[in-house]
Amino acid sequence: MTTQPRLKTSAMIASLAAEGQPTTSAPFGHALVEAAAADERIVGMTADLGKYTDLHVFAQAYPERHYQMGMAEQLLMSAGAGMAREGFIPFVTTYGVFASRRAYDFICMAIAEERLNVKIVCALPGLTTGYGPSHQATEDMAIFRGMPNLTIVDPCDAVDIEQATHAMAAHDGPVYLRLLRGKVPRVLDRFPDYRFEIGRARRLMEGEDALIISSGLMTMRAIEAADLLAERGMHVGVLHSPTIKPLDAQTILEEIQRHPQRPVYVAENHSVIGGLGESVAALLMNAGVHPEFHQIGLPDAFLDAGALPTLHDRYGISTQAMVKTLASRISLTHAS
Amino acid sequence: MQPATPRVIAPADITALRRHAYRIRRHALLMGEVQGQGYVGQALGIADVLAVAYFRAMNLRADDPQWEERDRFLLSIGHYAIALYAALIEAGVISESEIENYGSDDSMLPMSGMAAYTPGMEITGGSLGHGLGIGVGMALGLKRKRSRSRIFNLLSDGELNEGSTWEAAASAAHWKLDNLVAIVDVNDQQADDKSSSVLGYEPIADKWIAFGWTALRVDGNDIAALVDAFDTALDSADGKPCVIICDTLMGRGVPLLENRDKTHFIRVDEDEWRVALKQLDDTYANPSDAAGSEHS
Repeated sequence: MTTQPRLKTSAMIASLAAEGQPTTSAPFGHALVEAAAADERIVGMTADLGKYTDLHVFAQAYPERHYQMGMAEQLLMSAGAGMAREGFIPFVTTYGVFASRRAYDFICMAIAEERLNVKIVCALPGLTTGYGPSHQATEDMAIFRGMPNLTIVDPCDAVDIEQATHAMAAHDGPVYLRLLRGKVPRVLDRFPDYRFEIGRARRLMEGEDALIISSGLMTMRAIEAADLLAERGMHVGVLHSPTIKPLDAQTILEEIQRHPQRPVYVAENHSVIGGLGESVAALLMNAGVHPEFHQIGLPDAFLDAGALPTLHDRYGISTQAMVKTLASRISLTHAS
Repeated sequence: MQPATPRVIAPADITALRRHAYRIRRHALLMGEVQGQGYVGQALGIADVLAVAYFRAMNLRADDPQWEERDRFLLSIGHYAIALYAALIEAGVISESEIENYGSDDSMLPMSGMAAYTPGMEITGGSLGHGLGIGVGMALGLKRKRSRSRIFNLLSDGELNEGSTWEAAASAAHWKLDNLVAIVDVNDQQADDKSSSVLGYEPIADKWIAFGWTALRVDGNDIAALVDAFDTALDSADGKPCVIICDTLMGRGVPLLENRDKTHFIRVDEDEWRVALKQLDDTYANPSDAAGSEHS
């Protein structure tokens, strides 16, 4: 009798990379060091999570421009606002749960209300740790989408994070970025024309059987799922929408209307409430465009602790779970 | 002390400061009359502190509220806006003609202070517990720029309820922010009740000292004592942030309001505004009774 090896609970330092997948270590930290070399206004600030948000790379390169603010997220955000008031560009880092749940009022009134130039970079978006609800920012985008002036970015991989870091530094105004940290897979290298741009969605793959609109790590999964489905003769388009707000309404509507018969799946590493899925749904309703519409995302629940591969399967955001979901729907079309 | 940079607003002596405090009170009462309401009790209580801050302690240019070398005054208690507007009018940053627009649609003087609306209003206050943290960031930024400007943050005793105030207090001491001065208005009133009943705040000075600050406690309606406290705060170069704890009397200078049951939002009837103004004028017409004159 064979037994499955018991999977270990994923720690905060767990990598999302599959075995053999190309990765980049600490893409945010290294990109920030590059950006800081070109712009003296950039400073780094953290609430005792520099090592876990890859800001330690910046701290080593620029110790005089790094501010350890202690485990005090409300202070982190208001002090970031103060730094921005004095003309600096603070990149402030913590976990998504703490920024969104604990420090909301400080981001809202000290930063966003005055459109201050603070970049809020937060690790452990959605289900990227097995530590349970205290660390899983499954509703951060829902919390932040209602905040005026705040740009929300959910990058896919190391390529996206590197480009988004430079784009944020050049952008005048507050930005919230959902950070993948540690050894981060590189998948967008495969699309040489791809460029991250705030507020822009990009078509990555063509396919007439279904369309996946995705953000964050779910774009990695969408690409993998599309590859696997193609081997089975099913062709799925992938539109990557890394900016959640402002949403690229024009590109999304054009992509849907190019093949209006395609079922649309919006995939996100976030609760099905209040994230990319509902953003796209509202866009479509307001535009009077009504494709067949599905969401792939995390349930409206406090999620289990455990090993990430187990949890991603359990909650339907693993590649295999996506393949299964899309294949059953596309097979119906092909059969009819 | 000698200022680091030339002032447009010259440091005033006690007599002149008393005159400014009187006029700040008068501007506030006139604004209160426009709306028939407002936090005039707080404005009357804090007027002496604002007079000393704006006409003695701070470097400002009335015609250039964004002057890079100015000292920055952060009003975290947004509902005290009426008091700060009165001080900004007295300082010449805001025109006196704006008084009649106080709290009206499209006015530059909204009921709660917001940076985007009003020249000289450095931050948007109102959500209490934000100001000192913003002050920490600005003080760090000023040090990065090798600026000699200072941050003044006016807090209330009620604001000491907020945990974020103490996050910021710990941080200011950690970073040795001797360019940061906190001012706490202790009038023992907050929204629901006396502050001491809502959440006991004493011993205030010991708390700040334990957090690594220099703490000074003064009668916040005694101009001479305030002058000493602000001078001490600005002269210190011990690497510590400084807090000036000011015990004030709501309604100060207007017996009608001094004697009224104290509440966060003092009631003033329509026919009482003119009485209040007359009482204020009378208070200052008789120097022996005047607010801030006890030790001058």
